[in-house]
Amino acid sequence: MKKSIGVKIWRYSIIFVVAFYLLMPLVSMVDFSTKPFSLGATGRSLDSWRAIATQPDLTLAITRSLITAAIVMSVILFLIVPTAIWVHLKLPILRRPFELLCLLPLAIPAIVIVVGVAPLYRWISINLTESPITLAGVYSMLILPYTYRSLSAALDAVDIHTLAEAARTLGATIPRVIFGIIMPTIRTGIINGSFIAIALVLGEYTISNILNYKTFQVVIAQIGLNSGSIAVAVSLASLIFVLTLLLIIPNKKRQGAVLDVDIA
Amino acid sequence: MTQIQYKGTGSANGGTGSRYWRGKTSYLGVLPFLILSGVFLIYPTINVVVGAFQDGKGAFSTVTFLEVYNSPIARHAFANSLSISIQTAVIGSILGGLFAWALVTGKPGGLFYRVSVALSSVLAQFGGIMLTFAFLATFAFNGLVSSLAVKYLPNTFLADSTWLYGRNGLAVLYTFFQIPLMVLVFLPTLENLKPQWREASDALGGKAYEYWLRVGIPILTPSFAGAALLLFVNSLSAYATAATLINMRDFLTPLQIAGALNSEVGGANPAEAKSLSVFMVIVVVFAMSLYALLRRRVSKWEQRR
Repeated sequence: MKKSIGVKIWRYSIIFVVAFYLLMPLVSMVDFSTKPFSLGATGRSLDSWRAIATQPDLTLAITRSLITAAIVMSVILFLIVPTAIWVHLKLPILRRPFELLCLLPLAIPAIVIVVGVAPLYRWISINLTESPITLAGVYSMLILPYTYRSLSAALDAVDIHTLAEAARTLGATIPRVIFGIIMPTIRTGIINGSFIAIALVLGEYTISNILNYKTFQVVIAQIGLNSGSIAVAVSLASLIFVLTLLLIIPNKKRQGAVLDVDIA
Repeated sequence: MTQIQYKGTGSANGGTGSRYWRGKTSYLGVLPFLILSGVFLIYPTINVVVGAFQDGKGAFSTVTFLEVYNSPIARHAFANSLSISIQTAVIGSILGGLFAWALVTGKPGGLFYRVSVALSSVLAQFGGIMLTFAFLATFAFNGLVSSLAVKYLPNTFLADSTWLYGRNGLAVLYTFFQIPLMVLVFLPTLENLKPQWREASDALGGKAYEYWLRVGIPILTPSFAGAALLLFVNSLSAYATAATLINMRDFLTPLQIAGALNSEVGGANPAEAKSLSVFMVIVVVFAMSLYALLRRRVSKWEQRR
């Protein structure tokens, strides 16, 4: 269908306005982080970018955040996904309650969850450990709606009952059915869920800041107190990291589906 | 019990009985998940809801709850939160919806489409401290736009960055992540509009505006409204962006909650934080229920196709 000239004008002006809005701050970040680093210096420099490596706490915070993300991912992989399959296969009675539980975090904003978990984390840091990695517990709950959404779509698309029965008939054990037969068929949903886990853990500020844990975002805020341009450089670097991750994820279908929050 | 072993180990070995598919023991399979969500999700929720109606000794009391309800400061913050959320949801859904339309009228699966969608996925989550820094780099002292404005538009608001640290600045920042979220949520609906409908309308002599007025808009309205509700909830619950941009404790409800929880100046008042939280949860639950209703309509229509 040939597009009319009116449609074209509309289309390009919308694209121009929105792209300007969304790209302007990103361009400004590039500009700001390459400004002359010290007083008196002129011209562009990459000093702010080089200084990233020497920031105290930053490497530690990134390492911890990545470990936390890995834990959240394994909770998804070895607990949430098997439970979802289990409920689908064996406990249809629990499907509705399970769904409601998974969607509960949508009704409880992070700022409210932090009010609820504050005493729990006070107890954990006094009696067990002060490590921010323990945040993996509450993070894996924050992520439940997204995981559930991508999982249930994937589980509905495959006839897992037939698959499970066939595998059982051929002598497969239950763990084999879940991990060897069903999980590979819903691979895309799981990969999407894992991507969101990384994005969430690296980007989380509300809970960790209020509970006084030095996570990646909290450390960026700290750096910003001393040097705006280094903080901008770190922010831009992590944005590029997440974008790269998204683009290299082996997902042949629509890549944007990963953060699809379309629930219910 | 082997039933629950598979969760931790993932081992494919180990004999299992033939009664595996039956019996009450299968309920044990959900136990590990129940324990984790009990500790990190159900307990905090109950803690907030129950704690809002307790006095210092744990007895039932509505004192704090009513205090918060009647407090002019809390009401002001709540009104601010609501109005900013409504405003950014409306602007974000319109701009994002139009951009999504611009995407589907282009080449589907083309480079521009794919880059836009990938960028939207990332930018929709780009809240908080990093977003604040991005806009400081744009509009604050020495920022790209503001330093250009100082040179060429010295008497406009752009040259003076104070607007950024108030309500207007916050609305601009929130809209930044609302637009890409809208693109992600609304794009699938737009892709479901069949070209045949447009062709049918054209063949029957309908004009473009008639197609949109009688077919396009009526079909898209429920999912557009649903998406706007989602955006509303998204900015209502946002804390990190406001906390890093604005230095006023009682400006928005999330800031007030954090202040009540963690006050460094006065004493912390968890009961107040819980009461404020309950009011937020009421609004969010209301909005999400409305959203669920709208989605049901949408999926009915999608099945009828």
